[in-house]
Amino acid sequence: MASLEEASKPFAGLSDVSISEDIPVEGDISVPVGPSRRDDEFSTLDEPVKETILRDLRAVGKKFIHVLYPKRSSALLRDWDLWGPLLLCVTLALLLQGGAADSDDQGGPQFAEVFVIVWFGSIIITLNSKLLGGTLSFFQSLCVLGYCILPLTVAMAVCRIVLLSGTGKVSAAIRLVVVTSSFGWSTFASTAFLADSQPSNRKALVVYPVFLFYFVIGWMILTFTP
Amino acid sequence: MASPNDLRFQEFEEAADLLSADPGASTVSMSASAPPTSAAGSAAAGEDVKLDLSDDEQGQEEQSELLGGQKPSGGGFWTFEYYQSFFNVDTVQVLDRLKGSVMPLPGRNFIKHYLRNNPDLYGPFWICVTLVFSVAISGNLSTFFHDMGNPSYRYRPQFHRVTIAAVVIFMYAWLVPVALWGFLTWRQGAERQIGGYSFLETVCVYGYSLFIYIPTSILWIIPYEWLQWTLVLVAMAISGSVLVLTFWPVVRDDTRVMAVATVATIVALHTLLAIGCKLYFFQSAVHTEPPAPTSPPVHTTLVAKPH
Repeated sequence: MASLEEASKPFAGLSDVSISEDIPVEGDISVPVGPSRRDDEFSTLDEPVKETILRDLRAVGKKFIHVLYPKRSSALLRDWDLWGPLLLCVTLALLLQGGAADSDDQGGPQFAEVFVIVWFGSIIITLNSKLLGGTLSFFQSLCVLGYCILPLTVAMAVCRIVLLSGTGKVSAAIRLVVVTSSFGWSTFASTAFLADSQPSNRKALVVYPVFLFYFVIGWMILTFTP
Repeated sequence: MASPNDLRFQEFEEAADLLSADPGASTVSMSASAPPTSAAGSAAAGEDVKLDLSDDEQGQEEQSELLGGQKPSGGGFWTFEYYQSFFNVDTVQVLDRLKGSVMPLPGRNFIKHYLRNNPDLYGPFWICVTLVFSVAISGNLSTFFHDMGNPSYRYRPQFHRVTIAAVVIFMYAWLVPVALWGFLTWRQGAERQIGGYSFLETVCVYGYSLFIYIPTSILWIIPYEWLQWTLVLVAMAISGSVLVLTFWPVVRDDTRVMAVATVATIVALHTLLAIGCKLYFFQSAVHTEPPAPTSPPVHTTLVAKPH
């Protein structure tokens, strides 16, 4: 009780202070500017559309570079996104069109077949690695597998250019070399990202389906005939 | 000399005493609180099941009964952990099982020797997937090499074969074990036998037995007819014997007719798969490619045409 009385002492003199009515009470009750600036950073509603798109494109491009020069960095895993895999899958499926399209049951894979193989295959491999005790999340795995299709997409573009000059034995040999090397690159890049998250006595069990997946995609690219 | 009934009664009494002393104690049916009477010796032998490596089939069947009852671990079938228990294998174990599927030795039951109550779904699933692609790709390559000299031949990827191969192989690898397991369980239920295989073990042994067809399908690219049929026979012999060695001990206690019929059906279905794949995907007769996908019986008539 005594402490309460002491605490009220600084304000004791105010009880008889009165403010005259003709002095307007004014002031600024706003909070200092700091927190609202943080809100502006998170709210991207007001920025121009170009900036939004460029930011995502820059993130995708940065990940492409990580795939092309794979080192054990965790950038690909930390900020995963599925734009890159979607872009690569659509590009690959479009490039695989226009081949032997006249009789569609003897020809190459249709657009939907490529899509299904890539996405369904990635989902099955991700489930497989999670069931075997992996620590990556579902979407991180999908992100890595999708981004590592980049070397194979580049190989597909190169193959189409080579095929413009003819379908003889030389072009077949060139295409074989290109596809084999890009398939090896894809597998190596994805294992560089995925291998650390698996228990050590099951690494081969997780790497083999990835190998099979890129092998099948490489086969689809190699057997493309216009 | 106490009779078994008295001893069992005594065990219950002693366990009840222990419980009344400490009501919060968890009771395990075969725990160390069993009374150290001489009758507990037989129970202790049952407790050591994990180390029992004797060839006594009776003991092994009891072992599989006891451990088999603990199989679905980690919750109901809607949880992730339930499915994780089917992938509880290491690289070394998978390689070991693959080795056992290509080298069947008489007396080595695949399920008892290699699976040891730890059936996995990794092996069957990825072997089936690999087989689908190896059959489709090798078939495509063999058609290509066969018709390479033909100037009017245009290379076609024939991607639809992957779909057909996938449907056939996955149906074989999943429906036939279901049917066989159902049939064996029904027969054993009718005759009160113990020691049947669980559903997963049946699927597992069928999946691993298909492994020999993967290198066989790659070797089928070599265009010599006699070599291809020799490979078919060798692969069927090896993989058929894995299945027969696994299922014979379970079936032989049945009547003679049923036992032989069951084993014959297993071998016949396996043969049908091998020959069907060979004839449909690897055509060796000289004929023009039909525009629509045809069914295997048409191909057999074409192959039977004299060259």
